[in-house]
Amino acid sequence: MRIDIPIRTSAPKPDLVPPASLNAPSASPLIEVSNLDLHYGTTRALKNIGIQMHGHVVTAFIGPSGCGKSTLLRCLNRMNDLIDGVRIRGSVKIAGHDIYGKDIDVIELRKRVGMVFQKSNPFPKSIYENIAYGLRLHGIRKKSEIDAIIERSLRAAALWDEVKDRLHRSAMGLSGGQQQRVCIARAIAIEPEVILMDEPASALDPIATARIEELILDLRKQFTIVIVTHNMQQAARISDYTAFFYLGELIEYDTTRKMFTNPSKKQTEDYVTGRFG
Amino acid sequence: MSTLAVRSILPDGFPRARFDVISFFFTGLTGLSTVLILAILAVIVGNVVLLGWDTLSWRFVTSGTEQDMFDVNKAGVLPMIVGTAARVILMTLFVVPAGVITAIYLTEYASRTSLTTRIIRSAVNNLAGVPSIVFGLFGLGFFISFVGFHADNLLHPNAQNPVWGKPGLLWASMTLAVMTLPVVVVATEESLRAIAPGLREASLALGATRLQTVIKIVLPQALPGILTGGILAISRAAGEVAPILFTGAAYYMANLPHSLADQFMDLGYHVFILSTQSPNIEKTRPILYATVLVLLMLTFALNVIAILVRSKVRRQMRAMQ
Ligand SMILES: Nc1ncnc2c1ncn2[C@@H]1O[C@H](COP(=O)(O)OP(=O)(O)O)[C@@H](O)[C@H]1O
Ligand SMILES: [Mg+2]
Repeated sequence: MRIDIPIRTSAPKPDLVPPASLNAPSASPLIEVSNLDLHYGTTRALKNIGIQMHGHVVTAFIGPSGCGKSTLLRCLNRMNDLIDGVRIRGSVKIAGHDIYGKDIDVIELRKRVGMVFQKSNPFPKSIYENIAYGLRLHGIRKKSEIDAIIERSLRAAALWDEVKDRLHRSAMGLSGGQQQRVCIARAIAIEPEVILMDEPASALDPIATARIEELILDLRKQFTIVIVTHNMQQAARISDYTAFFYLGELIEYDTTRKMFTNPSKKQTEDYVTGRFG
Repeated sequence: MSTLAVRSILPDGFPRARFDVISFFFTGLTGLSTVLILAILAVIVGNVVLLGWDTLSWRFVTSGTEQDMFDVNKAGVLPMIVGTAARVILMTLFVVPAGVITAIYLTEYASRTSLTTRIIRSAVNNLAGVPSIVFGLFGLGFFISFVGFHADNLLHPNAQNPVWGKPGLLWASMTLAVMTLPVVVVATEESLRAIAPGLREASLALGATRLQTVIKIVLPQALPGILTGGILAISRAAGEVAPILFTGAAYYMANLPHSLADQFMDLGYHVFILSTQSPNIEKTRPILYATVLVLLMLTFALNVIAILVRSKVRRQMRAMQ
């Protein structure tokens, strides 16, 4: 049996702070991750991650598959809590609150930090019920209010015109791209501050992908978005900041423009130019 | 000329269909076993119908408490129908919630590998292998001598005769519920496993608790599987006699049971009585077959009801898939 002794491979790194740039607000960061380590059983999936993200920007996580992008994303709304044998050390603060602290209500956290998954997962219910579900969970019961929010969310998800006549039909009958937009509408209906997206377009065709990307650019005005993508062009098109991960480590984090034109690390350059990964 | 043309489109070495002895043999074997099973079923059911049909009458199924049970012209099975239906329905009411809650705990809450999970799972599996007479003895020892005895001390301290500390409908149904628990647990677990993990994650990510996720998202999806478990439990329990021998079935009751503490007459047990206690086996044989026929029909009817409910649920679900 292997005895797992936590060893720091390096001294704690200073957190990577987003550099000031023209479009970055100068307020304090919304999401602060420091010295974050995560083990699945005995495998160490995240190594000493430190990263700070500002509100109302789109941050993209890129890196070869298995490098821990999804794992880090799922740390931000504590979805990893649900997996057996996960151990987490370090701290994640959102709006100044340590979300792994004792006094944190995970339910409230997940209401404020929504998530869209790689594989679209609408409930096998009507489009209407898919969105109403989250609203009812959070105590909204009045039909007129629910109806209004559903329309607003579907409009925000650029889906209203396509589904307004079939709200009470199953969401499973929609196309893949429409299903994913139902999932986005469902997430934004409960008005989170942050939306986490794990490769939301990876299973979609180019046209559906383009629509999702447009949507993300739109949503940026209202929400803070952290998106995992394996598609370089997508990261370049939609994100303000890009973080590059490799084997569980954060290699480089900078404005997307800098990351794609003039990265400081050789590994980043090799990855974004397609020389490996 | 034509053969040449055909050959030229076929790639080189295209395998020709060959007579495959082994697959012919196994296809034949499976077909034969199917025919055999159907034949056995037909012989059993046919035999029962042929020999029992003449005795079956409206009077036969609506009388039977006061008349002589060994007289072909007077015997009736109403009390046995009532008793059997009551114990099966009550059992379903106990076993389905208990089994579903167990399965939910095992798949939705417990860690896959924890000691508790392994203990519960192996307990459930072992339960499935216990002979039914042992359940009867368990019911007698636990429900009647222990639970019932103490219930009487508490509720009826001055009663002359035991109320709960004797065989009765409640204890027989509970004993059957214990016996059929594995069936419901396994069927429910299977249907819970088949639900995409993404649905649970979606619900939790919206800020639902585990309980809300189970009730609103998981259980509705698992409903057909749960009903299948219920159907299997009914089929298993309806014909069982051993578990109710010491826990509730009576040789003869002048009245229909009107309380959960009452004993009851039972179709399966009555078949046993007719075939072992009859003063004249030959003369009472038609009653025996008619009783078996009624038991088959009752089991079939209970199953049909459950299957109809399930197909209604499935139809509603399909509208949302
Ligand atoms: N539930 C899990 N149990 C065990 N190991 C996991 C689990 N999820 C991910 N991993 C491992 O953690 C590492 C990072 O995975 P992940 O975050 O999914 O990578 P990415 O999203 O960058 O492709 C991988 O080596 C993967 O095998
Ligand atoms: Mg991933």
